[in-house]
Amino acid sequence: MKQRRENFRAFEYLIFALATLLTFVLCVSLGSVNKPFTETIVIIWNTILGLPIPDYISSPSIIASVRLPRVICVALVGASLSLCGAAMQGLLKNPLADGSTLGVSSGASLGAVIAIAFGITIPGIPFAGTVVMAMLFAFLSLVIILSLAYKLDYSLSTNTIILIGVIYSMFVSSVMSLIITFSADKVAHITFWTMGSLAGSSYKNALLLLAALVVCGSVIFCSARELNAFAIGEENARHIGVNVKRVKLIVLITVSALIGVCVSIGGTIGFVGLVVPHMVRMITGPNHKRLLPACLFGGAIFLMLCDLAARMLLSPLELPIGVVTSLIGALLFVYIFYKTRSAKR
Amino acid sequence: MRLMEGREITVSFGELTILDRVSFSLDENQWLMVIGPNGAGKSTLVNAISKGVPYTGAISYLGRDVNQCKPYELARRIGVLSQSHFVGYSFTVGEVVRLGRYAYSPGIFSKKQGDDEERVQKALTLTGLTALEHQSVMTLSGGELQRTFLAQVLAQDPKILILDEPTNHLDLVYQKQIFDLIAEWLKGEGRAAISVVHDLSLAKAYGTHALLLDRGKTVASGTIAEVFSPEHLDRAYSMDVYAWMRSKLGQWEN
Repeated sequence: MKQRRENFRAFEYLIFALATLLTFVLCVSLGSVNKPFTETIVIIWNTILGLPIPDYISSPSIIASVRLPRVICVALVGASLSLCGAAMQGLLKNPLADGSTLGVSSGASLGAVIAIAFGITIPGIPFAGTVVMAMLFAFLSLVIILSLAYKLDYSLSTNTIILIGVIYSMFVSSVMSLIITFSADKVAHITFWTMGSLAGSSYKNALLLLAALVVCGSVIFCSARELNAFAIGEENARHIGVNVKRVKLIVLITVSALIGVCVSIGGTIGFVGLVVPHMVRMITGPNHKRLLPACLFGGAIFLMLCDLAARMLLSPLELPIGVVTSLIGALLFVYIFYKTRSAKR
Repeated sequence: MRLMEGREITVSFGELTILDRVSFSLDENQWLMVIGPNGAGKSTLVNAISKGVPYTGAISYLGRDVNQCKPYELARRIGVLSQSHFVGYSFTVGEVVRLGRYAYSPGIFSKKQGDDEERVQKALTLTGLTALEHQSVMTLSGGELQRTFLAQVLAQDPKILILDEPTNHLDLVYQKQIFDLIAEWLKGEGRAAISVVHDLSLAKAYGTHALLLDRGKTVASGTIAEVFSPEHLDRAYSMDVYAWMRSKLGQWEN
């Protein structure tokens, strides 16, 4: 039996980082206008350093101000969503748990839909209306779900939380349909957005995502050992001295904040948080000290490739990224689920 | 030396009283067997001691109320072995056992203890799991899995071991292994154990003291000899326990 180390080794980080970087350059150079790799690298490098772009490169603005910020956002959203998924699956000891099963994603999108439908904005700060509303509703959903669960069941058991999450999601989607029915003029905008899209993302979006990922990601990384204990069993976690309720609250709040930010920028992009941790676990094993960092890279790679597919498959027509992730994700999920089930037998 | 004391512990869910003013005490090197028919409240009592259910009354360890202990402080004193486990992910045996040391470095910045690895290896050796250290827990048999969690609680190095029917689903071989291991562990300084046991013969063979419950109330408590009197057992189980045991054992004679 081969031995697995607890933590990630430097060269493992390097391999994951290289793969991510390679995918990144690939996704930036390919699209409606293809650029050679070398030119793409020059543009990325000069944009990051704020240098002027050499004259021999034609129409660099497509890369510098459209594709580059978009791919950065895609990578950050992918990393965030799969990190959240991994944390939820550990915490709730349920491989089917995810921001979407918990009801946080749908809560966040309801907030954003309200902001779009009723034109809620914060003067002076672009896209703040949707971001704030999405985060607010993600939090609110969490409070509702947790307080309902707490009323039913003192120990906040995972089954109760997931069941209430599913019921809550259904409720939210019906409210959303209601709002969409009454704001006919914005249907196209809202539907496209609920299907998930990162087209038109800006550097400001990327900065916000990065900040959220750094803050929330650190909290989740610091909870790796507790997540291991939860993944083995909540009761066992309590027995070995984990402050079960506190850890659960911290992780749930952090995850919902991060999902709130992602949803407000990219809409609901399903299956990323469900599928990526599954695939990564096959390489790293279930120990969160290895799983969480690997999920960051894996999530970024997965979503960047999905975004590439969304842009290229029916070019010049562009698919919403959520449609692509759901298509790939659902198929992969069935495969993984089937494989793990038959392995158990 | 008095290690633990529980006074008038009551557990209710709404109108329903599961445990009604049950008291117990535990001295050094004692093994207290909590016995009684189904629904007597045995598991609820050990759940209350490990803070798994809210209760009224007081439980103290060396004179200090356990409710005032932080979770990791409690875990350094009290270790719990449940009756069954289901691990959904393929953690290795070593990873599960190593988590037993959590209580000694619970914070992000708290240093790992120098003897962590030594204690983990010792627990693995004691439970005969050294060869399985890197194996996934999903591939283990019921007995191996239970020994994994026993190793975890031994690595945790508590003073009081709480066992909720630790050998419920296990074969005779494993029953003997686990009970012998705990009996050996108990000889250490400042240690004691409480276990919920269904099998009265096991309770009688290994226990030093017993607490007999029926429908949430104490029927008898004291040494094994005191509690295992025909009157007490007959009353709690509503049958002639001694006659039944003899007839069962009688089948083995000849």
